[in-house]
Parts: sequence; C-alpha cells; structure tokens
Amino acid sequence: MSAVADTHAQDHHHHGPAKGFSRWLLTTNHKDIGTMYLIFSFAMFLLGGTMAMVIRAELFQPGLQIVEPEFFNQMTTMHGLIMVFGAVMPAFVGLANWMLPLMIGAPDMALPRMNNWSFWLLPCAFLILVSTLFMSGGAPNFGWTFYAPLSTTYGPPSTTFFIFAVHIMGISSIMGAINVIATILNLRAPGMTLMKMPLFVWTWLITAFLLIAVMPVLAGVVTMMLMDINFGTSFFDASGGGDPVLFQHVFWFFGHPEVYIMILPAFGAVSHIIPAFSRKPLFGYASMVYAVGAIALLSFVVWAHHMFTVGIPIAGQLFFMYATMLIAVPTGVKVFNWVATMFRGALSFEAPMLFAVAFVILFTIGGFSGLMLAIAPADFQYHDTYFVVAHFHYVLVPGAIFGIFASAYFWLPKWTGHMYDETLAKTHFWLSFIGMNLAFFPMHFLGLAGMPRRIPDYALQFADFNMVSSIGAFMFGATQLLFLLIVVKCVKGGEKAAAKPWDGAEGLEWTLPSPPPYHSFTTPPEVK
Amino acid sequence: MRVHAKRAGALLGGLLFPAWSMADWTLNMAPGVTGTSNEIFSLHMTILWICVVIGIVVFGVMFWSIFAHRKSQGHKPANFHENTVVEILWTIIPFVILVIMAIPATATLVDMYDTAESDVDIKVTGYQWRWKYDYLDEEFGYFSNLATSKDEIYNRLDKSENYLLDVDNPLVIPVGKKVRLLVTANDVIHSWWVPAFGVKKDAIPGFINETWTRVDEPGIYRGQCTELCGKDHGFMPVVVKAVPEAEYNEWVAEQQAAAERERELTEKDWTLEELMERGEQTYATTCAACHQADGSGAPPAFPALKGSQVVLEDMDAHLDIVVNGVSGTAMQAFGGQLSEVDLAAVITYERNAWGNNTGEMVTPKEVFEYKNQE
Amino acid sequence: MAENQTYYVPEQSKWPIIATVGLGVTLYGVASIMVNGKQGEPTTGSWILFFIGALIMAYMLFGWFGSVIKESRSGLYSPQMDRSFRWGMSWFIFSEVMFFAAFFGALFYTRVFAVPWLGGEGDRASSNMLWEGFQATWPLINNPDPQAFPGPKEVIGPWGLPLINTILLVTSSFTVTVAHHALKEGHRQKIKIWLGATIALALLFVFVQGYEYAHAYADLDLTLRSGIYGSTFFMLTGFHGAHVILGTLMLSIMLIRIIKGHFTADQHFGFEAAAWYWHFVDVVWLCLFVFVYVI
Repeated sequence: MSAVADTHAQDHHHHGPAKGFSRWLLTTNHKDIGTMYLIFSFAMFLLGGTMAMVIRAELFQPGLQIVEPEFFNQMTTMHGLIMVFGAVMPAFVGLANWMLPLMIGAPDMALPRMNNWSFWLLPCAFLILVSTLFMSGGAPNFGWTFYAPLSTTYGPPSTTFFIFAVHIMGISSIMGAINVIATILNLRAPGMTLMKMPLFVWTWLITAFLLIAVMPVLAGVVTMMLMDINFGTSFFDASGGGDPVLFQHVFWFFGHPEVYIMILPAFGAVSHIIPAFSRKPLFGYASMVYAVGAIALLSFVVWAHHMFTVGIPIAGQLFFMYATMLIAVPTGVKVFNWVATMFRGALSFEAPMLFAVAFVILFTIGGFSGLMLAIAPADFQYHDTYFVVAHFHYVLVPGAIFGIFASAYFWLPKWTGHMYDETLAKTHFWLSFIGMNLAFFPMHFLGLAGMPRRIPDYALQFADFNMVSSIGAFMFGATQLLFLLIVVKCVKGGEKAAAKPWDGAEGLEWTLPSPPPYHSFTTPPEVK
Repeated sequence: MRVHAKRAGALLGGLLFPAWSMADWTLNMAPGVTGTSNEIFSLHMTILWICVVIGIVVFGVMFWSIFAHRKSQGHKPANFHENTVVEILWTIIPFVILVIMAIPATATLVDMYDTAESDVDIKVTGYQWRWKYDYLDEEFGYFSNLATSKDEIYNRLDKSENYLLDVDNPLVIPVGKKVRLLVTANDVIHSWWVPAFGVKKDAIPGFINETWTRVDEPGIYRGQCTELCGKDHGFMPVVVKAVPEAEYNEWVAEQQAAAERERELTEKDWTLEELMERGEQTYATTCAACHQADGSGAPPAFPALKGSQVVLEDMDAHLDIVVNGVSGTAMQAFGGQLSEVDLAAVITYERNAWGNNTGEMVTPKEVFEYKNQE
Repeated sequence: MAENQTYYVPEQSKWPIIATVGLGVTLYGVASIMVNGKQGEPTTGSWILFFIGALIMAYMLFGWFGSVIKESRSGLYSPQMDRSFRWGMSWFIFSEVMFFAAFFGALFYTRVFAVPWLGGEGDRASSNMLWEGFQATWPLINNPDPQAFPGPKEVIGPWGLPLINTILLVTSSFTVTVAHHALKEGHRQKIKIWLGATIALALLFVFVQGYEYAHAYADLDLTLRSGIYGSTFFMLTGFHGAHVILGTLMLSIMLIRIIKGHFTADQHFGFEAAAWYWHFVDVVWLCLFVFVYVI
C-alpha cells in the first residue's frame, strides 16, 4: 500500500478488485484489463474461426453448395479482419498488459485509465464491424486488404461503417501502444537497463513503435477511401488523376509492419519459454535484440513485395525484392539462436514448450515460403494463389497463434494460481498441430498447381487437396474448444501453482506469488 | 525431423518423378511452355532446394537436441549463451546465399520487363466478370465469357473436364511470335494469369500494364483471374489458344469479316422477335450475373429489372443507364462494350421479358443515333 | 529512481467507458448520416445520434481532463508520472505525423508517378492510350476524364493568402515560446498577453484559411470533386486546419487555466503539451506550404 499513492477521497480500497460488473467496466488495473483483452481475443478467435469453417465447408467440394459467392466473399473478408484486428493483436496486447508490469517490476501500466479506454474501444469497434453483416447490401466483401476501387466505387453501403470501425480499432491500438512505450521507458525497476530487459519487453517495445508508426497510416488510407466514397475525391480513381495502386502502396506501408506487429511479441514470448524448458540461458540475447530491431526497420521498406504484379517500374521491383530477401538474415539469426538455446540443454516438453518448438519449426517453414515469395519473378507465379494463403497461415497460425498458446500455458499458473491440466493441454497441442498442418500444408500444393485465392469454387484438379485441407481445418477448429475447457478448469481450480512453477524460468514475474497481488510491484524490486 | 523428412520426401517424390503424382494430387509448379515460365520454374526449384537444405541442417540440430538432450534422460544443461564467431557466421552465410540467389532472379526479371519489339499487340481488358481482347493492329475485339453452365456450378449436372476453366471465345495467339499484352480493366482491379506462360499481370482500371509472352507449342492453355474482383471473381477464366501462324492469319481474317458483318447488322431492320432472341443471349452473358436471369436482381446493389419503373416506362432513362452507366455504382457504361445491335436487343429484351410486356422495341439504328447525338 | 516510490495508480474511473460509448455513438451517427445521405434516405435520426454522441464526448472531455487537473493540482503526480505524460504526448504527436505522412505520400505518389503515367510518360506510359488528349501537368487543371471530374479553373498561388498564413503560424509559434518562457520565469501577466496573442494569430489563420476555401469553391471551381489536385489539396490543408482548430482549443484551455492561476514555474506539463502540439501543427504547415502551394 505504501508505494501506491491513492486519491485523497477514497483510501479505503486498492487492496483488491471492486465487486461485480463495475470491476471490469471501470477498472484501471493492468491485470483486469489484460484478462479482458485475452477473453475478447478468444471470443473473436472463435467468431473468426466459425467464418473460416464456413469457408472451408464451401470449399470442401467443387461447386456451390452452402453459400453464395457474395456471402463467401463477406466471410473471407470478415475472417481476415476479425482474426488480424480482433484475435491476434488484442491477444498480444492482453499478454503485454498482464506481463509487462510484472516483468519490469512496475505497479501497473503507465497510463491506467487510457488503458481501460484502449480495451473498451475494441468491443465497440467490432460491434460496428460485425453489425455490417446485417446491413442491406451485406458486410464488406472486398477482402481484408480492401483494395480500391472494389472497396470504394464498387463497395457495399456498409463500407462506411467498416471505415469507422477501423478508425476506432486504430485509436485503440495507438493508445495501447503509447501506454506500452511509456510503461517500458519509464516504469522499469531500478537497475533494469535497456539491455537487461526481458525479450518479451523488448519485442513489445519495438512492436509498440511499429503500431504508432503505421496505425495512423491505416487511418489515413481508410480516410481517403471515405472521401472517395462520400465526398467525390479521386484518390483511387484514374479518371480524376488518382491511381488505384496508390491505395495498395499506402495500405501495405501499414500492412507489412502490421505483419511483424503480429509476430514480434510471439518471438519475445518464445525467447522466454525455450530457455525455461531447456534449463539454459537464451543464446545470443544481444543479437536477438538487434535482429528484432533490424526486422522492424526493414519492415518499412519492403511493402511493395505484396504488389509485384501491379506494374511497378523495374527499379522499384528490384529494390523491394532485395530488401525483402534481406529480412531472411535477421529472421534466420533468431531461429538459429533458438536452436542453439535448445542445443545441449536439459529439455522437457510441457505444453508451453511443445507449442514453442512447433512455433520454431512451422514458423520457419512459413519463413521459407516467404523467402520463395520474395523472389519477384517467382512471385509472378505464386502471387494471389493458395501458396500465399499457405504462407501467411503458416506464419500466423503456428506463428502468432501458437505463440499465444505457448504464452498462455506458460503464464496461466502465474495468472490463476493453479496448474492447468497437462494431459488435456498436450492433447490440445497435438490435435492443433496435426489439424493445422493438414489444413494448411496442402495449400502449398494447391497454389503451385494454380488455384487462385478468394474463390468460392474451383476447377476439378484442385478437389482432393481442398477436401484434405477442409478436414484439417475442421479438426483444428474443433480442437480450440478444448482450450476453452482447459482454461476454465484452470481458473476454477487445480493443483496450486508455486511462485515459480517452471524450474528453468527466469525473470521478475516469478518472484511474485501466483497469482500476483492486485497491484503488482508496490515496491520496485532492485535489478542487479 | 521425422515429420519434416516425410513431408520433404513427399515433395521430392512429386518433383523427381512427376509421373507418380496423379493430375489430381499435383504437388509442384509446372515448368510451363515459355522461356519465362521455364526460368521461373528453375528459380523456384533453386530456392526450394536451398530452403530444403537449410531446413535439414537447422531442424537436424534441433531434433538432435530434442532426442539427445532431454532432461528425462538425465542430460545436464550446458551454460553457454553466446559465441561471436558462430553468430557472425550465421549472419554472413545466409547473406551470401541470398546474393547468389538474387543474381538469376534479377536477370529473369529484366527479361520479363522487356516488352519491346513485339509482333502482335493485344489489349486485355478485365470486366466484372469477363475478359475482353482487342487486337490493336487488326482492329477487332471480342469478349471472352465463362462457358460453364450454372447447372454444373450448382451441382445439377455433372461437372465437365474443364469445369470453370472454359470460355466461349478464347484468346487466339500465333506460336513463335512475341505477343505484347496491354493489360487494363474497366471497373475494378483484375489480374490476368496463365500459369503455363509465367505471365501474371494486374489489370488496373485507368492504367495499362504491359507484359509479353512467346509460346512455342500450339495448344490450349488455361488460367484464371487472380485478383479479387467481386462476387464472380472465381468465374472469369482465361483461356488462350496458341495456333500456327497460318491458322492464326486465317482466323484473324475471319474475325475481321465478322466484325464487318456486325457493323452491317446495325443497318438492318429488326423485328421485335429477332431482337428478343438476340437480347436473351446478350442478357445472359452480360447482365444476368448481377440482375439475375429472371430480372429479379439482388437489391440494393443490383436493382430488379422486372417491374422496374425505368424499364417499363422511361425509355430515355433506360437507354441512358445502359449506354452510360450509373456513376458511383456497379452499373457500367455498356455503350462502349456492346455493339449497337446488342444494346438494342438487350434493352428490347428487358422491356418485354419476365412479364414486362411493354411491346416496345428500340432498333440498332435508334441506339446508334442516341449514342451519336450526345 | 527514487521517485518510483510514489507512482500514482488511479482509482476506478467511469470516464473511459463513457468515452467509448461517446465515440462509438458519434461515429456510428456520422457513418449513418453518410450512408443514408448517399442513398437519399432521411438522416434526421442519424443526426440526433451524432449530437447525442458529441454531447457525451464533450461531457467526457471536461470530466476526464477535469479530474486529471484536479489530481495534478492536489500533488498526486510525481516527476515519474510527469515523464509518462511526456512520453505519451510525444508518441501521440509522432502518430499524428504518420497520419499526415499518409497524405503527403499520396501527394508525392500522384505527382511523381500516377499523373505522369496517365499523361504518357515513364514506365506505364501506355496508360495514355486510355485517356485520349490527356496531358500531365501540375497543378492538374484538366483531369483524364473531364466529364466525371471537371478540373479547377485555377489553383491558389502561394504568394498571397498562403504566405500570409505562413507568417501568421510562424509568428504564433514564436509567441507561444515567449509565453512558455514567461511561465518559466513566473511572469503571469506576460503569459496571458503572449498566449492571448498566439490564440489570436491562430484564429486569424483559421479565418484566412476559411476565406481561401470560400474563394476556391466559389470562384476557382477548386473543390474536393475537381480531381486529384483538389483531393490532395483539401485533404492536406483540411486536416491541417482541423488540427489548428484543435490546437487552438488546447491553447485556449491553457489560457483559461493560467487565468485561474494553474501551473507553476516548474510544473506545467499541460501547457507544454499544448505548445508542443502547436509547434507540430506549425511544422506540418511549413511542409504543406512548400509541397502543396510552392512546388
């Protein structure tokens, strides 16, 4: 109590959370807000996942069976938007909220009220976004990349609502990121210099920088769309001197760093989990930090590799190809470091480690296909085929999502004070692992054989692998309900967790009891 | 390693012995039939093999650790956490590999961008949801529509061999000639792709992207639109027929004659029945995708034509909408897309089909005058 | 870091959730005004929604900032807290910079690439085939499709009103700095005069800009609808103008707080934040002046 000053009027609580729903609605506590982010993210994961199931069901066989093409396009669009902005990003913000103060020895986030606002804006934004499904003309149907002019002149009326929903998400992300930066730069325990920060903190610092740099650019591009749709401007219309490709440049200037926003925090978390279960310090801490920095900087100069086929002049094409290939170097360094950390350790394979190891392997496969896509001439064959779909699902599902699962299992004992059910968790892992590979590996073959993405129906030679892929997707989707069960079980009870349940784990968060007190570090710990 | 090795094995099997992989279980890219597509294929295989080798090394070390350095087997952890030499090495070696990879990629790219000195120039225009091919020097052009029937798509009939990959009028090109393609679009962005040629170019409305191909083997090559372009994005295939030069020249002469006949048709006196018959076909290929075969549309984006005020009463408005489109909506200006005959036929059809029995007709001549009075 | 000892964690607060509801209702209202308006449907309900949202937002802003000011004045904030605010404001301004970067990027792209291509120069020169007779010029007076986008008769030259506006804003950046120094030295009367002058200059700028817009619309046919020149011109100057108005509001609130006796010579972050924001607005204008008007 001593360290946390109170408002003069109400000094009777602060020892614990308020009761009832107002605890969640009005909270300024980083753990409550973190929990809400995680719950929200999981709800969105299930919603976006359900849409994926609709997509895979339609693609189970050639021909149109379940949905019409209009609705199919709405499903692919909403699936992408919800997974990117509703599931993956909020999950990492949730993890940041929970863990950053614990890891740097702070009482809370730097700006707790703004923290609450950042969270509550998300349900508001997604309420608007999901409501477009019920509007006349239907929901956005132009893909999560919403290329103009399909999304402007030819978009459904609900596009305007979609734009404002994106604005609200952007405000939420920017404020969340400002909070993260202020917390990390200002609230570290005495003695914790930048190069002593845990890697999760480092990766989040850089992620937050990326968020602040690119979310406003997204806001800018949707604002241009808004003006083109409603106020007669011609940013993306050649008849007024604009260019539809301008949209893509601005969008991907946001979009490529966005990709790293979704993976860097996972890099950070895995860099804690692998050493913990290898019982050996992380190999190459400094090079990990530099690698993340290099990836973040490079991410600003590679955006046009998403647009190799739009007719960029050859000098530009070559520049973006070289810059993109260069990203393989720091990414490779990270993978090598993780492997070197495992090498000659004393490994054990609890659920967090299983997810982390699968992360390294499968993310690397996604990285390999990324390297292939970087070769511009080859990209002419891969672009907008299922090869790309396979690639980004390999970096996002076993990358971002497995990173989140690994983190969740790693820190659940800390959060709840109980151990989760290890057998169920391992089952969750293996079913996810098999389902995910079954769903996405065949997509490489489909793409190489020439199947375009975003089509509701396909030629007969693609039938077999699509069926395999759908079966894998259903398996992966259904398995996630098991995760819900495991978490609910763990929250309700179970074996008591020690302050440090993993013998190899390092860091300030393990010095607090499980669960930690409501105000994390009321006295800042000393870091040597 | 096992999982990965197995996968790599399956992949390798497909690569080394293409005959093993049945058509339906195709694993790899096809080399294609042009110089470009073969160069791309060899780039693809090189980078794939580099990835496989790196993968074997990295995952090899990893799986070795997983098997040999387990706590359950009593392995005691070492305590090293950095090694400058190793770290520098594994930064430099990948960099060198990338430089080696970049050289052939650059050469291929430069070649792909060289559209100079073409023998045939064809303008390719993407429409929602079909392609138009204009032979610039020969002065004729035509639309290429999906030829797969709705019955097949909705599973009422068995699917034919080239399901969704068949068109009414394929693009015809001569073999052995450099064909320059000027790719653009009329409405939204499309992308013109024929995998066997290694040609994929986005069709951007208002801009022209150039690309080229030279096909040496006669044959029929199929591809698809690869940029999401609205609801029927999956239903606008690309079919190219490469024919020997003599046959090509013959075909061009026929097309030019047909274009001439079409112009003459404008002058002819049409009856309501003739226009209705022709209009039904035009409607089916051009209008039905949005306004539906029964004219019911899909409001609010695509208004119903059946019982519509404009269609039943206001002939001038009807002409205006069809010829000039409605700006800011999905309704395109068909004045430049359809011939006068087709415009007259389709307007007449709309005014007399599905119970819209106005008995009114508009002739190609009237449409021609309407277009030229503006 | 001894000051860690008193890091202030606020109590539960109702303001964030009110802000969420306010923002959500406002933007939902704005969106439905646009959508209904475009489809020719009545927008009364949407306007009511918008006003309700705006009222909630206004209530929230007064309440939230009010409570922060109260906490600050009752001495709850440590120097460490002050640093958090400083980081927060700096990064917020950085995010604003990136927002403008998107529009400047659009301007550069169209000028350097898109318009010349449409006019038959450069890598995608054959695009000119689609736009018979179109010539690339900047400012773009004749658009590729003059029917769909009738171009402006003329555009606004830099050496008239825009130059005056530049002088106004640069001067105001100077006066706000003088006011800041006065605050640090504790000359409260001097602060009021110089801050008052800053606000007056800001209002004058907004007025001149408004006059320029009216002139553009009424006399030059330079509108949002006059093709890419009008689009980029109004987008950049318009968003800048909106930020000037926001900055003026901030400065006005600071003036009110000064009059009420807030701030001390060494604790006045609120004032500094407003001043920072004002300098940012000024720098954006200088970029605008160079890239939109002069070059």
